[in-house]
Amino acid sequence: MVITGLGVLAPNAHGLTAFAHALRNGKSGLRHLPQLAAAGFACQVGGIPEGVEALQKRYLSDEELFAMNPNMIYAAIAALDAWADAGLARVPPDGAPDWDSGAFIGTGIGGVDTIAEKLVPRVEAGKVGRLGSTMVEQIMSSGNSARVAGLLGLGNQVSTNSSACNTGTEAIIDAFLRIRDGRAERMLAGGSEGSSKFSWAGFDAMKVLNRTKNDAPTQASRPMSASAAGFVPGSGAGLLVLESLAAAQARGARIYAEVLGGHVNCGGHRQGGSMTAPNTTSVQRCIRGAVAMAGVAPADIGAINGHLTATFADPSEVQSWARALELPPEKMPWLHSTKSLVGHALGAAGGIECVAAVLELYHGFVHGSVNCDDVHPALLPFASRIPHRTIDTPDLEIIAKASFGFGDVNGCVILKRFANSPAALTPE
Amino acid sequence: MEQNAVMGQVVEILRPFVKNPSALSTISLETSILKDLHVNSARLVDIVLEIEDKFGISVSDDAADQVKTVGDAVSLILKNKA
Repeated sequence: MVITGLGVLAPNAHGLTAFAHALRNGKSGLRHLPQLAAAGFACQVGGIPEGVEALQKRYLSDEELFAMNPNMIYAAIAALDAWADAGLARVPPDGAPDWDSGAFIGTGIGGVDTIAEKLVPRVEAGKVGRLGSTMVEQIMSSGNSARVAGLLGLGNQVSTNSSACNTGTEAIIDAFLRIRDGRAERMLAGGSEGSSKFSWAGFDAMKVLNRTKNDAPTQASRPMSASAAGFVPGSGAGLLVLESLAAAQARGARIYAEVLGGHVNCGGHRQGGSMTAPNTTSVQRCIRGAVAMAGVAPADIGAINGHLTATFADPSEVQSWARALELPPEKMPWLHSTKSLVGHALGAAGGIECVAAVLELYHGFVHGSVNCDDVHPALLPFASRIPHRTIDTPDLEIIAKASFGFGDVNGCVILKRFANSPAALTPE
Repeated sequence: MEQNAVMGQVVEILRPFVKNPSALSTISLETSILKDLHVNSARLVDIVLEIEDKFGISVSDDAADQVKTVGDAVSLILKNKA
């Protein structure tokens, strides 16, 4: 199973070249957001892809945009990019669907902005007849994948999964399993999440967002730091084209990486797990399951692109990695968090971060995990394994990527560099 | 209101919904909104809402259902504005 296409619209970059450059150079996508301040948020920092208003017109017609909210637009841009990057063509409007290609594009919150800004006010005002024809397609959970299916002409399974912050990674694993079962030749997989105060307000009310760095937005996301004080909300989309090796080779596709295995599970809100806290036993079982399916030795894993959100759960997560891999701290893979640069994009996080992991494998680097110069005391034994600045890793062969979400749900995927990957990204 | 002026405004309302833009170059009162312009039938709801807003009229569901061509829309508007 291989990855042949990537599409990303992240707070710090759009497109693969810009995103790889941003990762390499520690470019943050986090900014002070006046709309959050105006709404009384304690956390007034977030990550929103820039320039989308101009960008979307290059990808979508007026008729399409009329019926799309940011969640759907982000997904569409990343999907069209990934499809083109894979060298695949869109089915023409009068053509038959591509029966062999499908999509799992998840979202965590979906179209809550449309619900809050249009649906509720108009219905409460007795103006149901003024909702127009696009309300359902914008608020149905599957709005993002449904729109992409139409843009590309997909004829295999098209669905939107949702497992909170595990969504994007889960979609990729589900796509991997579907192709492995022979039910599809290729799947577009990952996640998208819109940028809205309505998506983020509940997290602010829970006091799980960082409220201490409103005056220093690029320092606000601090995974693995002693001064971590909550995550920073993000948004965007990250999508991967997964394909059987036979299908990819048959059409001469460029191959970024292999998917060796993956595992998803749930802690059942037992053994210390809850709606909001992880059952560490289930986290470890998930990691072990993915590694076992991949058929690799823990020592072969060169880097971990963790969930690592900058909450109280970071030390617990790292301990779980160490226990699951049965490696001493000094022998652990490189530990880093893409969220330190883009924030936590919720349902899009796994997709965006898997794109990052694949780019790291393909180009041979591990991006710096920023804002943790003051490593959390519980993580000091692992300090030497945390790259604060980007390191070149031409020998990097395998990355483990995991996501853990509200609901006590977990996902872990094992990615391997493909033989023809270039040694390193040419500096720009 | 003058028919040509109304038609011009109807075309502008239709334009963002048209999936067959080449048909706009030969648009006439007889042009079918669905068959010729390839407008998604679900969007007729939105087009009628825009007509109501732009011309300050109220269009009943039955009247809206009768709109098949550009001319139907123009006639509906002129009748309501009369």
